[in-house]
Amino acid sequence: MRGYHALALLPAIGLLAGVPFANRLEPYVFGLPFLLFWIVAWVLATSAIMGVIWMLDHRQK
Amino acid sequence: MNPALAVLCLFFAIAVGLGLLARRGRDMNLEQWSVGGRGFGSMFVFLLMAGEIYTTFTFLGGSGWAYGKGAPAFYILCYGAIAYSLSYFLLPVIWRYAQPRRLVSQADFFIAKYDSPALGLLVSAVGVAALVPYLVLQLKGLGIIVSEASYGSISPSTAIWTGTVALIGYVVVSGVRGSAWTAALKDVMILAVVVAIGVYLPLHFYGSYSAMFHAVERAKPGFLTLPAAGMSSVWLISTVLLTALGFFMWPQYFASVYTARDDDVFRKNAVLLPLYQLVILFVFFAGFAAILVVPGLKGSDADLSLLRMSKQAFGPWPVGLIGAAGLLTALVPGSMILITAATIIAQNIYRPAARAATERNVSLVARAMVPVIALVSALMALHGGQAIVALLLMGYNFVTQLFPAVMLCLGERPKISAAAAFAGILAGELVVAAMTIAGASIATLAPSAPQFLKDMNVGIVALGVNIIVTAGAALAAPRAKVTIIAIE
Repeated sequence: MRGYHALALLPAIGLLAGVPFANRLEPYVFGLPFLLFWIVAWVLATSAIMGVIWMLDHRQK
Repeated sequence: MNPALAVLCLFFAIAVGLGLLARRGRDMNLEQWSVGGRGFGSMFVFLLMAGEIYTTFTFLGGSGWAYGKGAPAFYILCYGAIAYSLSYFLLPVIWRYAQPRRLVSQADFFIAKYDSPALGLLVSAVGVAALVPYLVLQLKGLGIIVSEASYGSISPSTAIWTGTVALIGYVVVSGVRGSAWTAALKDVMILAVVVAIGVYLPLHFYGSYSAMFHAVERAKPGFLTLPAAGMSSVWLISTVLLTALGFFMWPQYFASVYTARDDDVFRKNAVLLPLYQLVILFVFFAGFAAILVVPGLKGSDADLSLLRMSKQAFGPWPVGLIGAAGLLTALVPGSMILITAATIIAQNIYRPAARAATERNVSLVARAMVPVIALVSALMALHGGQAIVALLLMGYNFVTQLFPAVMLCLGERPKISAAAAFAGILAGELVVAAMTIAGASIATLAPSAPQFLKDMNVGIVALGVNIIVTAGAALAAPRAKVTIIAIE
């Protein structure tokens, strides 16, 4: 385990701890109600975050 | 024959043909049959994992929840992302342990790690008990999809029997290779179909996504946010947490880890699978669009919303294509479940019981179990009624109970004894079974508890009991062993 592996905790924080704060209708973003936008954004971010971790891991090798 | 039925039959024939061809002259010993000889690269493992994850529940249930329940459906989009971020670290560790030891089932992992055949039997029983209802659900979904998409010209029971016979055929012949090949067809179909309906239908009926969501909010105020009580934020968080932890504890996902050629496959998949998960978003769009287009579907009929709306918007050809995609979402996971359950019974129940069993015997028993499991599941799908939903909920909570024991044995040596793992899992399973049979929730167990506790998914209680019993047993008897006389 390396320090930047802690980045992998971000999706869980965004999708679990973030939900009570994001549980609202307005503002609509890209036509989506805010809660749905928040969740979709974090799913996309999960892919990006894991991609960054993968690249850093490969650079170390 | 109506055009929709022709399209359905065509894709069914292609899927079964691919499933049978996948064998390609290979000699099918158990390792080939169950885990593809451990030779799958990133592409095949991706197809398998995506193929198992997007089941009839995603297709019918995802749109049905959006249609019938609204925002609580979003949980389906959340847990995968968390499970994949965990999988980046978890799956390579499991693979590196399993590969040199030639493990073929999830129970094998527990037996080897904890050096305990008794624990293996418990995990096998949990696995089969969770897998059968899951297969039943796929077959039920198959019946609904085919009868709807064929405009009623094929009855659900005919569809279920035909599907079951085809599954038995290609699973017995090709094993997991058949699943991987049909998964390739399925992924292309489901991507094309779901994105097409998730984009076209909302725009066709409402003009834009924004207009659609505003119309839904006007018709059902508060539908697009989580309520303050009931399926609240606390409910969503506890459910997502439990499902994310249980995700890779399903025996068929666990076993698909063994199919990989190297461990980097899982890290690449952890990057790609969250993106692929957005398929579910388009399923939600279809479910929300259906609210005002085909109103009035109540209870489990909400699951029909996607197909009913498609029939209203399209002619028979596209409906046949949508039905064919749905058909594949039942066949591919169904085949994986079938292989996994048959492998567990042969490898972890038959082999220890019949001491003189040769490799060839075990492999034959695995294949002989396929029709048995499939036929039992088909009968349950036809006659099981609503009980099956309760069994499936129980199944998810069942497999989640394995999570603590897996996490505690990832290091060089397990942190707890086999007896502690056994006691914790057994206690957790008993709590799950008792609560499911009693229909308990935290609100019924503790009526005076504060609202946020009442909203919590009741599975948390079972996991809590599991962890407490595991810790207690580990402290009380650090070196205790579990033995079953017949085996040891």
